[in-house]
Amino acid sequence: MPIVVSIPTILRSLTANQKRIEATGANVLEVIDEIDARYPGVKDRLISGGKMHRFVNIFVNENDIRFAGDLKTAVQDGDHITILPAVAGGRGRSPSES
Amino acid sequence: MLIILSQLLEAIIAQAREDHPIETCGVIAGPEGSDLPLRLIPMRNSANSADFFQLDAEEQFRVWSEMEENGEEPIVIYHSHTGSRAYPSSDDVLFAAEPRTHYVIIGTDPARKLETRSFRIIDGEITEEKLRSVERYAAHCDAHIYSPETGSPACQLS
Repeated sequence: MPIVVSIPTILRSLTANQKRIEATGANVLEVIDEIDARYPGVKDRLISGGKMHRFVNIFVNENDIRFAGDLKTAVQDGDHITILPAVAGGRGRSPSES
Repeated sequence: MLIILSQLLEAIIAQAREDHPIETCGVIAGPEGSDLPLRLIPMRNSANSADFFQLDAEEQFRVWSEMEENGEEPIVIYHSHTGSRAYPSSDDVLFAAEPRTHYVIIGTDPARKLETRSFRIIDGEITEEKLRSVERYAAHCDAHIYSPETGSPACQLS
């Protein structure tokens, strides 16, 4: 069984609209690299300067990788990786209405 | 246009008032492709802030997985602005990741009239839409298909 990666809506324009992608790799970073080789641009949306973007959440099965080995979290066949952009926002300054 | 049950609208306004001055947040799920908000899921603002909200990552994962299992999607993502008008901020635009979702903002700023407004936010572009509350959804709407051309339900409400 391969590793299955759930792709969030916002990245599906890069993955030929696929909701799930099968991938290989020994850890989360390797899986992302492997996906990026097939679907260029995915990695930049998740990682910069070797670190996961602050407002991206990645889960291996049910575990937030921030509380495991981060991008080095080990994965194996049959694991399910979920990429989930943070749902956030709030007040700030309105761009076109004061 | 967002068509929403008045009881759901009242519930999110009540939640926003209760959480004021902290920004409230949550999701209303509905069957995938239906454009019908049905299941209210109030969520925790992990930022616990008066000018920022963020869903708790673990809670978001649980709720998103649950929706996936149920064949649902986030029809509405709502939050409150407690010290400004109910219009998307630059942060709201930055984080809007769901082109099919109605982004609802409840303005609870005491200096202004309470208002609830709905927006689509796609590729950084904000489009306000009409928000219409109804007592019930028309029965034949249960199986209607989301119409991407108009962004509104493909059925007519009775």
